Amino acid sequence: MPIDRSWIGRTGEPVVMHVERGKIREFARAIKDADPLYFDEEYAKREAGGIMPPVTFLQTMAHWDDGRGRVRPPMDLKRTLHGEQEFEFLRPIHAGGVLTARTRVADMYEKPGRRGGTMTFVVMETEFTTQRGELVARARQVGIETGQVVKD
Amino acid sequence: MPAVKRYWEDVKEGEALPEMRIEGLTRTDFVRYAGASGDFNPIHHDQTFAEASGNPTVFAMGMLNAGILSRVVTRFVGRPAVRRYRVRFATRAWPGDDVVCTGKVTRKLEEDGEARIAGELHAVNQKGETLISGSFVAALPRRP
Repeated sequence: MPIDRSWIGRTGEPVVMHVERGKIREFARAIKDADPLYFDEEYAKREAGGIMPPVTFLQTMAHWDDGRGRVRPPMDLKRTLHGEQEFEFLRPIHAGGVLTARTRVADMYEKPGRRGGTMTFVVMETEFTTQRGELVARARQVGIETGQVVKD
Repeated sequence: MPAVKRYWEDVKEGEALPEMRIEGLTRTDFVRYAGASGDFNPIHHDQTFAEASGNPTVFAMGMLNAGILSRVVTRFVGRPAVRRYRVRFATRAWPGDDVVCTGKVTRKLEEDGEARIAGELHAVNQKGETLISGSFVAALPRRP
């Protein structure tokens, strides 16, 4: 399917995300991380001003999106890979915080696949702001739709 | 007063971050991460869907491995110090695979008024095949 570059620049609806202590615990356990910063309120207060979410935690915004925050050109999940992911932190994030996430399609481009077909790259950027409008983090994701079903 | 993990002056360019190894990923790990993250792409938990997609079985979300790899950084500098974390996914991890994570400080720099370190990261499986190559930037306190 040829890419539809009119998707570039499109934005999803803002997603309001509560940074919850229980979700942080669940997420930390899922990545097998026992750092007390994620579990122990007193320790976390002393070390970091409160419980903080793990580095890759902002991925959990998926739980807060009813579908309207998501802006993604149609991709076939059977042929889609997560190519790259980046997080940038500008201010500390703590449990109890409420963030607003805005996602836009930053870029789309094609490359010939190594095993034939065309690979389509979709770059999505999300900005996370506090309720006072301060930018606290950015996420950048590159999704790749391969020309054929993905095999190693 | 927060405890300091490391002072900027004490970190050397080329210094290795302590290795971390997760042995034998399980399907339960994938399901737990699906619930925790909200990534319910069936290719990671549904055998029928995985096979229909041309895979022998389900495989780990890249972000599960990326979450595991991020611990190499947070153990070294502490979570509050992390300014940037970037990963590029290479091959996939299957049930039973190990995830072996390493890193190295490549540069000391001053940026945005902070003393920072930049480094590279690698996650490989038990055969040494690259699962992820990544990089990080962290801010460290200066020695008083």
